[in-house]
Amino acid sequence: MSYVPLTPLDLVLASALLAVNAAISWAFRLRLEKSIAIAALRMVAQLALIGVVLKFIFAQTSPAWSIAFALVMVVAAGVEVTTRQHRHIGGWQVMGLSTATLLFVGTAVTAIGVGAIIGPDPWYAPRYVLPILGMVLGNAMTAVTLVIDTIAEAAARERGAIEARLALGARRFEALDGVLRLALRTAMTPILNSMATTGIVALPGMMTGQILAGVDPVGAAKYQMLIMFLIAAATALSSFVGALGAVLLLTDERHRLRGERLAARD
Amino acid sequence: MLRVEQLQVAALPPLSFEVADRECLAIEGASGAGKTLLLRAIADLDPAPGQVFVDGAERNEMPAYEWRRRVRYCAAEPQWWTETPRACFPEPSARLDRLMQSLDVEKQLLDRPVSVLSTGERQRLALVRAFIDEPRVLLLDEPTSALPPQAAALAEELIKFHMLSGRSVILVSHDRAQVERLAHARLLLSKSADAQTQVAHAP
Repeated sequence: MSYVPLTPLDLVLASALLAVNAAISWAFRLRLEKSIAIAALRMVAQLALIGVVLKFIFAQTSPAWSIAFALVMVVAAGVEVTTRQHRHIGGWQVMGLSTATLLFVGTAVTAIGVGAIIGPDPWYAPRYVLPILGMVLGNAMTAVTLVIDTIAEAAARERGAIEARLALGARRFEALDGVLRLALRTAMTPILNSMATTGIVALPGMMTGQILAGVDPVGAAKYQMLIMFLIAAATALSSFVGALGAVLLLTDERHRLRGERLAARD
Repeated sequence: MLRVEQLQVAALPPLSFEVADRECLAIEGASGAGKTLLLRAIADLDPAPGQVFVDGAERNEMPAYEWRRRVRYCAAEPQWWTETPRACFPEPSARLDRLMQSLDVEKQLLDRPVSVLSTGERQRLALVRAFIDEPRVLLLDEPTSALPPQAAALAEELIKFHMLSGRSVILVSHDRAQVERLAHARLLLSKSADAQTQVAHAP
């Protein structure tokens, strides 16, 4: 395993490519210059920091550090889901729902992938656990965001029809079944598209990284397949749990649709 | 019999009243007085402190979906959740045919897309849908607002027949003559405490 290390000068040269973004923004008066600069600086700072943090954690031998870092990732993902919602849905409860969903799905799918399938020694080896958890969480986060947002948007749009069904004696999950199915389909479609086109249209980031680091491409492809299966399962599981939770948050035990929870956020 | 005790709806003072079997109570009040909100609260579609009983059973003694099969709210603007009305109805039955006939609705309408039905056709289909499983109490919000006089008369016959079979109706209607024809009592909603909750029996 060998690779060409990057020097700071290499990265400075690469960052000059952002001049293209700046030029387009300037030419079309998009006023994105500030956003481009902030986003680029955040990216550099976050990645530099994560590099140092991971180096530290990899050097430790106790599972406590891995678990602590994993929890930080889960909470950060939960906060991200909450801030991306367009509707209110009971405020803090959305954060609770998404963090709990991501904790459950991240733990279950990473345990299966690392613990049962890869089987590193020791089982908590942070070099395996944290990157895989990161990929699982990243995809589960997108799925939970989509599923909750779709349910809230569709419930707000179809409110009259949902309440007509409730008035006729439907239970909350019956009255919202169309909304639930739409949200599940919306959340699961991206991973299906991604599975169908991966390797043809795009080389996945993890596989590219492994190949650059000198891993045999066939070996890298096998790891990518494992990751895709884990991501697909994580997407399905988190969509399902997130959808059930969202329906419960938008309704109450008397099978009422709570209009105030559908209010748009400002 | 429907009994409402100290029901708090929106900014209105707590309401208490009864609607006997075979009787119709008309709810009156200016636009925005809370007529629709009152009907929704009785059907338990919105949270409202207080108590509502049907034949002695309070709404919280049974699951909400059971309650709404007995106390049925029929919205002023009926909504549909399927392409055609057919799937919103229970299986075809003699009762469905009779109800369709009594409101003079053609059977074929059940299989037309909801989007091509006229407002009046949708309103009549919504009445059929609300009456189909014989709820104990019907809460009708402007039930004939989109109907021409003949069709409205048929709907009124259906409402009367419902009452004759021992059930109750609460009616919100801007049609004064219709209230005269159907209501046994009236309740005027008003934000000032002394002016409201007068239940006046019709002559």
